Amino acid sequence: MIEIENVSLSYRDVPILRGINLCLPKGGITALVGPNGAGKSSLLSLIARLQPLQTGRITIDGLPVDTAPSRQLAQRLAILRQDGAVASRLTVRELVNFGRFPHHQGRPGNDDLRLAEAALMQFELQALSDRFVDTLSGGQRQRAMVAMTFCQGTDYMLLDEPLNNLDMFHARQLMRSLRAIADERQRTAIIVLHDINQAAAHADRIVAMRDGGIIADGTPEAVLTEDNLEAIFGYRMQITQLAGKPLVLHHL
Amino acid sequence: MVDRRLVTLAALALLAMLAFMTIGLRGNIAFVVQLRGLKLLALLQVALSIAVSTVLFQTVTANRILTPSIMGLDALYLFGQTALVFLLGGLGYASLNGGMKFGIEVLLMIALAMILLWPLLRARLDINLMLLMGVTLGLLFRSLSALLSRLIDPNAFAVVQSASFANFNTLRADHTILGTIITVVAAALCWRARHVLDVIGLGRETAIGLGINWTRAAAGFLLLISILVAVSTALVGPVAFFGLLVAALAERLMRTQRHGLLLPAAALVAVIVLVGGQTLLQHGLGGASTLGVVIEFAGGLVFLLLLVLGSRK
Repeated sequence: MIEIENVSLSYRDVPILRGINLCLPKGGITALVGPNGAGKSSLLSLIARLQPLQTGRITIDGLPVDTAPSRQLAQRLAILRQDGAVASRLTVRELVNFGRFPHHQGRPGNDDLRLAEAALMQFELQALSDRFVDTLSGGQRQRAMVAMTFCQGTDYMLLDEPLNNLDMFHARQLMRSLRAIADERQRTAIIVLHDINQAAAHADRIVAMRDGGIIADGTPEAVLTEDNLEAIFGYRMQITQLAGKPLVLHHL
Repeated sequence: MVDRRLVTLAALALLAMLAFMTIGLRGNIAFVVQLRGLKLLALLQVALSIAVSTVLFQTVTANRILTPSIMGLDALYLFGQTALVFLLGGLGYASLNGGMKFGIEVLLMIALAMILLWPLLRARLDINLMLLMGVTLGLLFRSLSALLSRLIDPNAFAVVQSASFANFNTLRADHTILGTIITVVAAALCWRARHVLDVIGLGRETAIGLGINWTRAAAGFLLLISILVAVSTALVGPVAFFGLLVAALAERLMRTQRHGLLLPAAALVAVIVLVGGQTLLQHGLGGASTLGVVIEFAGGLVFLLLLVLGSRK
């Protein structure tokens, strides 16, 4: 369980997050939605200890993120950043293999190699596996980063706009893979999504943020109402039902 | 399995060492061999420390055209030399107690590195700011040296001049042993951490996500780098571009950024260039120039080449 208690964040007196309280139980997919600058990415990077906590407390399965050993956290929590650039010149296979680092500390066993190969296969990267990451297209690179995050094999995955640069086919496939590991292995994904219909179709829970606060939290059916969406995004949009899921006509 | 390129490099390095020890051997052989042996040890120490520190520095800063000299350590060294000449005069400088001077130089440079690193350790500063601080301090020390060298008499200035280029001809044996021990220990620590270095090369956020305690790791490696640079600078003088030359060559050769391959390759290339170059200068060209000047020249060219090639990409 990820527990976030009273977390605030500000840069030079500009508030980014204001007193966030959130509890994310193990298992299932939670989508974070909201307009640009709502504080979604900042919240994820605080959970993933990428920046220091200013106030409040965040624990993962009882481990406080600011004081628990980084390696221990890396075995429970993986993060995919929005700008997933890597500094080194690496092949796709090498990159994906790094996902196992928290478990083997540089000496991969057979299990680690097998899991990395499985991740390459799952995201259709076998044909690209010996290419250098900096020669890939944006979408291919995104898939390689996702594969690395997946094969870290953690109970919790934080994905910051994982659908960036992905075509419809691969976006759907990624959401389905998340759904599958959430259902079959009780793993937990917290995803920042801009495509609200992907959230409606695949998430168990939607947390809506605006101006550094949480303004709606619940099942997709409960959160995706015309009033809520207007409060979140600032304009009115039509909602219909299709195949038993809410469908937001946000583009009309 | 050991990489074939590494074996070739090792063979070349051995060849260079053999040539250095044997070419033109005459007179009292035991005496000459002992003299050359110590000199070789010093050359190896410098090669190892420059190669390892540059590769490490480029990994931690995620920048392939930086060398540790950006932290201003060599500028501090130069300022120290100039200040000593200014205070003691050329003759007084020459009659200084070598061992004491060596020790104090190393400690001073490490102290400067600690001052730069302290805010980083407390997680209040990012690496880029720290580097900028290093550049600024370097500039300050350089300007102070320039000011002092304008105030001293021309004879004393010649002493400063000769101290401001790396000099592999007047290596002192007593410091060499101590320097070698420190360098070997530091290099061994880096070798043990080679897998961690690979992860650090991925960049800060990815590395944290994979369970690296970034602040502690980065500060630790930067401290190791400063120790290595301090020791080699105090031993032979500043070599700014040599590390760049070696790291760039090793990376081109190995076509990987895995430190398990990169670190030994860089060290071997450094040995080949340094020992081979010294042999060539001593016997081929009759000691016409100091190796330091030649290496700075070649390293500077490589630096420009890297910039041009990099901008074309």
